[in-house]
Amino acid sequence: MCALLWADNVSFRYAAGAPLVVDGVTVRLTDGALAGILGPNGSGKTTLLRLLSGTRRPTSGRVLLGERPLDQLSRREAARQIAVVPQETELAFEYRAIEIVLMGRHPHLGVFTVEGPDDIRIAHEALAATGTSHVAERMFHELSGGEKQRIVIAAALAQSAHLLLLDEPTASLDLGYQLEISSLLLWLNQEQGVTMAISTHDLNLAASICRELILMRDGRVLAAGPTADVLTPENVMRLYDVEADVRINSETGHMTVVPVRLAAPKRNREGGRISR
Amino acid sequence: MSIRRRIVTVVAAFATFAIAVMIWAPTVGSTPISLARAFDRSIPWDDNVDAQIFFVARLPRVLAGGLVGATLAAAGVVLQALLRNPLATPFTLGVSAGASLGAMLAVTMRLEMTVLGITSIPLASFAGSLVATAIVYALASSQRRGLSTNVLLLAGVTLNAFFSALILFVQYLADFAEALRAIRWMMGGLDVGSYFPIVAALPFVLISFVAFAMMTRTLNLLSVGTEAAAARGVEIVRAQRLAFMSASLATGAAVSLGGPIGFIGIIVPHLVRLIVGSDHRIVLPASALFGAAFLVLCDLAARTLMSPIEIPVGVVTALIGGPFFLWLLVKRS
Repeated sequence: MCALLWADNVSFRYAAGAPLVVDGVTVRLTDGALAGILGPNGSGKTTLLRLLSGTRRPTSGRVLLGERPLDQLSRREAARQIAVVPQETELAFEYRAIEIVLMGRHPHLGVFTVEGPDDIRIAHEALAATGTSHVAERMFHELSGGEKQRIVIAAALAQSAHLLLLDEPTASLDLGYQLEISSLLLWLNQEQGVTMAISTHDLNLAASICRELILMRDGRVLAAGPTADVLTPENVMRLYDVEADVRINSETGHMTVVPVRLAAPKRNREGGRISR
Repeated sequence: MSIRRRIVTVVAAFATFAIAVMIWAPTVGSTPISLARAFDRSIPWDDNVDAQIFFVARLPRVLAGGLVGATLAAAGVVLQALLRNPLATPFTLGVSAGASLGAMLAVTMRLEMTVLGITSIPLASFAGSLVATAIVYALASSQRRGLSTNVLLLAGVTLNAFFSALILFVQYLADFAEALRAIRWMMGGLDVGSYFPIVAALPFVLISFVAFAMMTRTLNLLSVGTEAAAARGVEIVRAQRLAFMSASLATGAAVSLGGPIGFIGIIVPHLVRLIVGSDHRIVLPASALFGAAFLVLCDLAARTLMSPIEIPVGVVTALIGGPFFLWLLVKRS
């Protein structure tokens, strides 16, 4: 099957002489895919998403969007096809939720064009899809964590892109909101046909919604493939140095990962006493 | 109400206020004049004292106030969004310190040249602002590809301090009268004397305002986050470069015309955001218009409050601006 978004042996370093953050990674996202990118802190997940969205150019290798190299597209052209939900959204000034969502229309508007009825309709559809219509007129900074994250996702949806890249969409949310966001993402993928890649620390989130997984460590891909094949105790060990119990939960039918113990101490504690 | 309608309505309201202030202000002063008499073409110019006071003494000053106020307020809005920092001012990145050093050098070195009716002090201060902008830009873009706003901020703050030290040094070596003249310039003043300096500053301001007008939606996106803005189709480096260059150019022109008048670039945007929200398509033009009206009113106070003594307009803006800003901070927290 033809890849919709294809990172072909890409490497990246943030500055000349700095170490490679992404090192020879190949990723294929097919149309309709729901892929999870897993890996410990600093494994290059966020950077890989930036390369896939085209906001950074690979130091070597190339990213193809359909048939075309991504770096041949202008940022506007790319943004009409690929939307991103960043890890954190920190506003410099206060905006209403609807204003944030309407900003997703940016790549579709000319320099002096103002959002018209169609743009407003699309923004309201995005609000409805994320269940946030009732907070549209509220100030963004007054919303709860889950509402904020849903507004940011709505802004990405308002971009009318068929590819959505999410960077740790549930990282700062409590259990209830995590479930809420994961069911929203699953619905967007299955009912709305949005192709997605999600970077996450949450193995159980990935196991419950992602059909394929990409495991990254130290900027390299350790394993990639269907979730059931990739999410094994051996791979969890290679990824996190953690012994884990991986089994199918009888209630949900999803794979669940229960960490059991550290295989090797990650940091050498030097055994001194903390004086009190 | 559609978004376009809202933008037009709000900006029109601010424009009405600004125009009203700028028509009213020249009629007020130590000598009362009548607008009707000033515009009465049947009275010969030589006999029409009202017209002379209006067109020669007061209108240039009001227009200069409008231009400087609009520019500083708009440049403040652009820099606050660029640096993602509500406390940024048009002077944060060293432009005014460069301009002040230029003016100081022109005074102490007794540069007495005139180009197209523009005297040496505005010329030297504009040159100084360009030099400061170039230094800050070179520092901020040297580290890696693109512009680092953190380095931009650090370089600006450092350059401000360094240039201030140079200004003090030059001032210390200068004689008393020169030093006083330079200090007086740094307090700001809109008594430009003729229309020439305004016409000379206008092209730089207009070019910058065209750039501002093109970047309003981009400034919204930058306020939400640089990475998110890039993902929504903003060419970040190009946008940052354009914002920095245009804001610096406009500020340099405004400072060369009126001196480094403080507080306009920070109070006006804050006040306008309180009234209209944070959409830069409204905040930017509304701040420019309100900045124009605000500075003209401050200058009106400067020339009438202690008449016949004139208070430097920079002192008035600081005296009003300081307490007002503190009140704003306390009220909001």
